[in-house]
Amino acid sequence: MSLMDTKPLLGRVEEVGGFVDLNAYEAGQGYGAARKALTSMSPEEIVNLVKDSNLRGRGGAGFPTGLKWSFVPQGDAAGEGAKYLVCNADEMEPGTFKDRFLLENNPHVLIEGMIIGAYAIQAEKAYIFLRGEYHQPYRRLVEALADATARGFLGRGIFGTDFNLDLRIHSSGGRYICGEETALLNALEGKRAQPRTKPPFPPASGAWGRPTIVNNVETFCNVPGIVRNGVEWYQGLGLTEDAGTKIYGISGRVNRPGLWELPIGTPIRELVERHAGGMREGFELKGILPGGASTDFLVEEHFDLAMDYGTIQAAGSRMGTGTMILMDNSICPVDMSRNLQHFFAQESCGFCTPCREGLPWIEALLLDIEEGRGQEGDLEVLDRNAQFIGAPGNTFCLHATGAIEPLQSALKYFREDFDEHIRTGKCPYHGRRL
Amino acid sequence: MATINVDGQQYEVKEGQNLLHAVLSQQLNLPYFCWHPAMGSVGACRQCAVIQYADEDDERGRLGMACMTDVVDGMRISIEAPQATDFRESVIEWLMENHPHDCPVCEEGGECHLQDMTVMTGHSVRKYRGTKRTWENQNLGPFIGHEMNRCITCFRCVRYYRDYAGGTDLSAFGSRSRMYFGRSEDGPLESEFSGNLVEVCPTGVFTDKPFATHYTRKWDLQSAPSVCPGCAVGCNVFPGERYGVLKRVQNRYHGEVNGYFLCDRGRFGSHFINSDQRIRRAGIRADDGIFEASGASNAVAEAAKLAKTNAIGIGSPRASFEANFALKKLVGEERFCTGLSDNEAMLIELALSIQREGSARTPSLTDVEAADAILILGEDVLNTAPRIALAVRQAVRGESLSMAEEAGIPGWQDAGVRGHAQQALSPLYIASVAATRIDDVATATFGSAPQDIARVGAAIAHEIDSNYAAADIELSTTGNDFSRQVVEALGSAKRPLIVSGTGTGDPDVLRAAANVAWALKAQGSDPALLLSPMEANSYGVALLGGGLSMADALDAMTDGSPAIVMENDLYRRGDAQRVTAACSESKMLVLDILENETAEHAAVLLPASTYAECTGTYVNYETRAQRFYQVFEPDDEIRPAWRWISDIADALDSSGAGWANINVLIEECAKATHAALATISPPSDYRVEGGTRIPRQPHRYSGRTAMRAQISVHEPKATVDDETPFNYSMEGQNLGTQDGAAVPFVWSPGWNSNQSVFKFQQEVGGALLGGDPGTLLVVPESDSDEASRATKFRDVPDAFVATEAFLVVPIHAIFGSDELSNASWPLASRIPAPFALLNIADANRLGVQGGGGVSGPGLDASLEVLIDDRIPAGVVGVVHGLPGTRTMPTGRIELSVDSNFVRRPNGTSDVIARG
Repeated sequence: MSLMDTKPLLGRVEEVGGFVDLNAYEAGQGYGAARKALTSMSPEEIVNLVKDSNLRGRGGAGFPTGLKWSFVPQGDAAGEGAKYLVCNADEMEPGTFKDRFLLENNPHVLIEGMIIGAYAIQAEKAYIFLRGEYHQPYRRLVEALADATARGFLGRGIFGTDFNLDLRIHSSGGRYICGEETALLNALEGKRAQPRTKPPFPPASGAWGRPTIVNNVETFCNVPGIVRNGVEWYQGLGLTEDAGTKIYGISGRVNRPGLWELPIGTPIRELVERHAGGMREGFELKGILPGGASTDFLVEEHFDLAMDYGTIQAAGSRMGTGTMILMDNSICPVDMSRNLQHFFAQESCGFCTPCREGLPWIEALLLDIEEGRGQEGDLEVLDRNAQFIGAPGNTFCLHATGAIEPLQSALKYFREDFDEHIRTGKCPYHGRRL
Repeated sequence: MATINVDGQQYEVKEGQNLLHAVLSQQLNLPYFCWHPAMGSVGACRQCAVIQYADEDDERGRLGMACMTDVVDGMRISIEAPQATDFRESVIEWLMENHPHDCPVCEEGGECHLQDMTVMTGHSVRKYRGTKRTWENQNLGPFIGHEMNRCITCFRCVRYYRDYAGGTDLSAFGSRSRMYFGRSEDGPLESEFSGNLVEVCPTGVFTDKPFATHYTRKWDLQSAPSVCPGCAVGCNVFPGERYGVLKRVQNRYHGEVNGYFLCDRGRFGSHFINSDQRIRRAGIRADDGIFEASGASNAVAEAAKLAKTNAIGIGSPRASFEANFALKKLVGEERFCTGLSDNEAMLIELALSIQREGSARTPSLTDVEAADAILILGEDVLNTAPRIALAVRQAVRGESLSMAEEAGIPGWQDAGVRGHAQQALSPLYIASVAATRIDDVATATFGSAPQDIARVGAAIAHEIDSNYAAADIELSTTGNDFSRQVVEALGSAKRPLIVSGTGTGDPDVLRAAANVAWALKAQGSDPALLLSPMEANSYGVALLGGGLSMADALDAMTDGSPAIVMENDLYRRGDAQRVTAACSESKMLVLDILENETAEHAAVLLPASTYAECTGTYVNYETRAQRFYQVFEPDDEIRPAWRWISDIADALDSSGAGWANINVLIEECAKATHAALATISPPSDYRVEGGTRIPRQPHRYSGRTAMRAQISVHEPKATVDDETPFNYSMEGQNLGTQDGAAVPFVWSPGWNSNQSVFKFQQEVGGALLGGDPGTLLVVPESDSDEASRATKFRDVPDAFVATEAFLVVPIHAIFGSDELSNASWPLASRIPAPFALLNIADANRLGVQGGGGVSGPGLDASLEVLIDDRIPAGVVGVVHGLPGTRTMPTGRIELSVDSNFVRRPNGTSDVIARG
């Protein structure tokens, strides 16, 4: 059994000991899945296969990938014009660096996944929408695309079939909101990066008004393995009802921060204790943002839970990107909340009122509280804002909803900290008083 | 229809609408910002939140934006539920974090939608402790003031300016809470429809700059229903007056004509009313040639003497139907000239005869917006009848809307439609002499001399139905290609529209347009045909008719016949030498608004009212007769032209030949001409609910004693108006339920801004409660016999052949070609220096570059050369109506380069008016 059978995304990186170029990738069964898909399977078979595999979107929302693909109209129903496949590589979620690692070390697994995906929805144009600051991934992708094209894996008549794929990189101007797939499409079209009204959803009307699939980097990277080894193998990889592996990451005061491809459903405590080597001497784990900044805090009572979509959701948070930010006992929850809200306020696209005007107010209030200027009634204002901004549907897209998740859970789990700041007029962690 | 339950009350609403549109149509109050009835929904402001319940048992419901929710039969919602009112209050609270507390010094104060919505939601205590964001503002030119600090980021401005009006130089910059709406750098907004930003902006970011220079609160403005004198569209307007000064012009909603928007000539072109070139006193020329203010009665006596000696009368396409009728009555049919130039008169007669044929519909602007394929033949509507061009821009979006409909995206979901359909446009074909400013949405354009435009039109007609126009018209390759595309597009359209007009001065263009429309009709489609004349009452005065052509009139004058010239600068109607000869030989009574060259020759001069200072009727391009009412009483000796004529008639015949008031005149006029004239607006004894009259002044009108305290501290008795149903006071009611032609301003409790217009409509965006005003005077007698129609315009002009001498074709400028608005100071810097358009090859041949000067016989002055990439070789386009080009040579002229040419500055009012 090779590492590729247990770690389909990063096993080859481990085997090679770093960057997997085209030769190394091919030597490890690379592009076999794409060849198999294009030469021996129909698009519907692939869509059904991915559907049956129970692969869920790894960008954070966890939407079933095969189901998404099945929404794309095929044949005459698609009407005239191109269809598009887009890879969302605008990885800007704070604390998240899994896509970057994949792009830098194993770009061909993404390209292979996109070839299969494009064939499945019969799109002949594809884009990788890449975070602007990702310079090394950009260089690696440029090289990988050139290599794959030279080998005939991209371009016209791939693997001797009549399927063509024009795959391009779009280096983003850089906004967090471009992670929202419709804002990404607007940006790709050269428009303001603000989300679109849904419906229509991109599979019906996406880039340039045409059927479009947008998937995360890690999602595409799962596809070749599924095609190669089948549904049963894939579902067998997961420890819980979710299927496959997941790249988990940890940042914070642990002994070995980093990321690991592990069976999906690995418990939180195992990730922290075993893979990240436990907390550093003198620090206690106090809270976790399980899947990036836009997820609710989890606390002690949740640390034995399995990191999968359903379990974390049941606990009141989201697995999100699966890359955790740990808050230890030296970190002020108020200050951390302020830091997070600063990020979200900065990254608001400015389109709708609650997000544009509400988040800066929250940030200002948190700064006041942190710096000892908090007043009685401030928490009620925070609660009211969190309630009105956070409810899905109150804002145009889910940016503000995501922003409120860590805040509302902080207000719930660490309320005593907030109260103490206001009561004492200073931060008990930093003693800061301006 | 769908039944919806709003807070326990059942309402019947139209399906296919969004919920906000539906509840406003029921006259319910629901705050909003980003939604606009003409621009649909985008869901940006989150202000119109309501609670929607899943079913009868649902007690909690779910908060959602009304503007983004489809109306569904049986749905139950609440506007008043505390969760909804709380959220809406929060939205205002967020917006108010940064909105300055400068209402007392803000131009929008008192008619600010943001103020209204703030009060409506109940937000009053500021909890936000931070500072407010500030911006540097931009100089956006003479029309629009800019104060970004007030911005609430509703995105309406850019959605209007870019998406609706096709402008490109106003954008949304920045992101997050630092959104900036402006230009990339200071400079005048380029769109000809920029003024609507003033009404589209829900607060005081974009304001009416000329208004701000002599500012008055909305509640202190006196107003009455009026009609724009700027062109033949007849947009309905609210002129606002205080202290005897025209302060501003705002849009008056008309469901069929202008809807919610005006052009900038209309909005900013009326300041000629305050011009220092106004003729203010009656005068008589003394023996030494000097004018003396004589007092009205002396001047009338002198005028009567003149009228008695068998004077001829020259009317005007910019004077009201009634004034023209009065003059015609005074001098008699056979001695009355309409005041149209002979060519224009011929073109208008032709256009009217085509409309009488009636086989093609004459479209309102609402109909224009519904057209699914358009051919514009020769007419540069953006410059001759600008509001039509804005309607054409909406029509071409039809393709996008049908694509969206197919995809299940409702048409009101504006961003969804645009995202899905991208730039998809319905077919629009433009054949024109020079490039136009709506070319950007054209499927294809074709540039040629007028006669070739007529030829291509004839070929299109013949191709559609071979009974029309002559066979075998040879066209150029580009002409053939254009014609083939047009035939296909019009042929497959359900509601094709042909647009033309008198702008090229060539009757064959009109004939070709008629042939295309008639051929389509013969093929069973339902075409519309729009033929636009040049001036506000061109069709009106032509329908009135007169026994003298302009040539006859000038001849008679040259022969020494005295003349009464009413509101007409003859130098715009005929060759300057000929007019000078006529004016010098004729003893003239001139009644006019502004000093002009004709007036300089007058023996007797009488100051005439502007449209805002009198009551009358204009007949627009549809032949829709629309009444405008006196907004305010002019100062000095200014009086309506018909009133002067009435006094002269009385002086001639003491048995009461004149008219006691405008009602008497209208009645006589209606009896003698078109009965509809008596019914297009309510008579003076019309009363609204409760038996009251309608106020010209809002209920908060202030300063009635203070405003004339320097004269007397006693409040004068308000003038009794026995001519109209309006009061010159605050007394009476303006509920909106009255006749649609009698709405003097829009204002409704809680809705102080122009957004209150929905309270005056049957449904949002629909007809006014009391009906949209106006009646078409030309009602096609019957569907004429097709065979005779087909043979009517068989002849096709010869193809244009370029020669050494240039064919002169008039080019029109939205700012510059209209006589009165040229004296409106805000327009001055937008009026171009007199120019000539040349093809680059011709310019090279002459040895002149863009910016150089050319002169030629018949041109009063050298013209600045502008290179146009569409104008054909051998044609020179000469801007019409500017000094040196008020009338222009016909036929071909030799051009020569003026090597000493110095470009004249963009017009100052002085340069423009005096020539």
